[in-house]
Amino acid sequence: MKHQWLSFLWAGALAWVLLGCAKSVSPAADGKFTGFVAPANFPKPVYDIPAYPVTQAGFELGRKLFYDARLSRDNTISCGSCHIQGAAFTHHGHDVSHGIEDRLGKRNAPALQNMAWYTSFMWDGGVGHLDMQPIAPIENPVEMDESLASVIAKLKASADYPPLFEKAFGSRDISSARMLQAMSQFMNMLVSANSKYDRVMRKEGDSFTADEQAGYELFKARCATCHQEPLFTNQQFMNNGIGIGPNDDKGRYDISLIEKDKYTFKVPSLRNVMITAPYMHDGRLRTIDAVLRHYAEEVQASPNLAPGLNSGGRLGIPLTANERLRIKAFLATLTDDSFIRNPAFAEQ
Amino acid sequence: MISIFLMTTLALVACKKDTAMQYDPNVKSEITLEFDNVAGDKELQLNTGSYTNASGQTFNVSLLQYFISNISLTTADGRVYTVPQLESYFLVKEQDVASQKIKLMVPEGEYTSVSFMIGVDSLRSTRPIGERPGVLDPANYPAGHEGMYWSWNAGYIFYKMEGTSAAAPADPTGNRKFRFHIGLFGGMTAPTINNIKMNTIELTANGTAKVKTGRKPVVHFLHDILKTMGGTTNVDLAANSTVMVSPFSANIANNYVKAFAHEHTHNE
Repeated sequence: MKHQWLSFLWAGALAWVLLGCAKSVSPAADGKFTGFVAPANFPKPVYDIPAYPVTQAGFELGRKLFYDARLSRDNTISCGSCHIQGAAFTHHGHDVSHGIEDRLGKRNAPALQNMAWYTSFMWDGGVGHLDMQPIAPIENPVEMDESLASVIAKLKASADYPPLFEKAFGSRDISSARMLQAMSQFMNMLVSANSKYDRVMRKEGDSFTADEQAGYELFKARCATCHQEPLFTNQQFMNNGIGIGPNDDKGRYDISLIEKDKYTFKVPSLRNVMITAPYMHDGRLRTIDAVLRHYAEEVQASPNLAPGLNSGGRLGIPLTANERLRIKAFLATLTDDSFIRNPAFAEQ
Repeated sequence: MISIFLMTTLALVACKKDTAMQYDPNVKSEITLEFDNVAGDKELQLNTGSYTNASGQTFNVSLLQYFISNISLTTADGRVYTVPQLESYFLVKEQDVASQKIKLMVPEGEYTSVSFMIGVDSLRSTRPIGERPGVLDPANYPAGHEGMYWSWNAGYIFYKMEGTSAAAPADPTGNRKFRFHIGLFGGMTAPTINNIKMNTIELTANGTAKVKTGRKPVVHFLHDILKTMGGTTNVDLAANSTVMVSPFSANIANNYVKAFAHEHTHNE
């Protein structure tokens, strides 16, 4: 009798755990898997979603790969090590990230959000298709220092992956195409479009405060050339005048070898900007105040400075202290709590 | 009796000589394009062979591999056969003899020229991973020197040659290596350096390829690495021991596009 009672308890606990799991795997609030849904205030995605749709099993496989340290040579670092959900998938508090064996990179881990709309990836735009993106950190000696071939071999030899590939793709065969497509499915689902800004734009009942509205007007007039709505980036490469760093990182030039690209970097999205410090390609600015002060007072002349930052010899964007406060109030409306707290995007 | 036999034989020989071969363009048959890597008038021998470039520098070669893709063949009467694109990517490796023989099924006919790309076309370089099978799959390259894909500047290495030369500067390990990793497909958005090279080689002078059921013609191309080292630009291994993503890469691509020649054709 006692045993029966215990096993009943165990069954109950198990059911609770399973239900909990089942609930946490879905991006939708009601627990149902929605697939990829483009927000009403966004343009058409760049990634060919109709050709490569997101399935629940593919998404879950991609998520497991994203959080799996076996993608690194010594099995210590996963994608999620440097792309932390609570900080909009940046490496909060790190100017540059550390890979395996504490090797340091030269650039700040960018936010992972709305990648289905991106025409290029990395600060220098070196990768042109989302499927090919994970190979770069996997094979970078200062990040995961592993080869794609070796990752595939590890996955094939594992006990846990073959059934998951079968679930996602219909057979236990593990290939780089399936692995990278699954990772793209996970990354494509990382849509941040439920900030206060979005709810105001979609007229879902929210409205800006006076400061936020004033900040929005200032933002549109002074910042939006590069940080275009609704992605808050025009996806171009710009030199924002922070000055050449001690490592002489030439940014986009290393990819294109075009002189006018020297010292330019991809304009980052400002979505979730308040929670993605530190800032700039090398994480040299620790606070949003430092960023606003930079644009207002500290823009330096250097080759290929963005034209908008030089008006007749006056460098930077004029911004009074009050204006900066209002812009900050607006930027705070770009924080998307449902994105950074969505349990479906977290390590399971 | 003997004379009848002789006459019959003569008649048969005469027939064979006088009648043009009949080809059926609706039937496909085999042709092999063989890429034989040489150094001037020497066979290329990895590591052990010693060669001298146009700048008078002695060197040896430890690795040579390149993509041949987008192949098309033209017959004497002007018919062009383009190999279906996804079946038209090959990685020729000096250390792998089988990779040097590209077997294709093409319509019967007498082919007088062959066109191919050295490298991978720009469109393929922008496609999703699912459209990059076989030699285009970055997971199919062994770790280390044999990789033919740049993950950080996403694109294929079209042509890779590595070796050592006393003329090359010593690296931190004391080795005097040279490394040519030539890629760059022209960029995803803004136009950048484009080292994709097309080559059309005429076969008439040294033997057309007679593709017909029952025959196995082999078109034997030579690829002369001395011409990769010198030609339009004579490479100075002291100044250009490492050529990868740099403007100088275009000089090497302009050299090696002219380093392919037709030697002969077997029509057995």
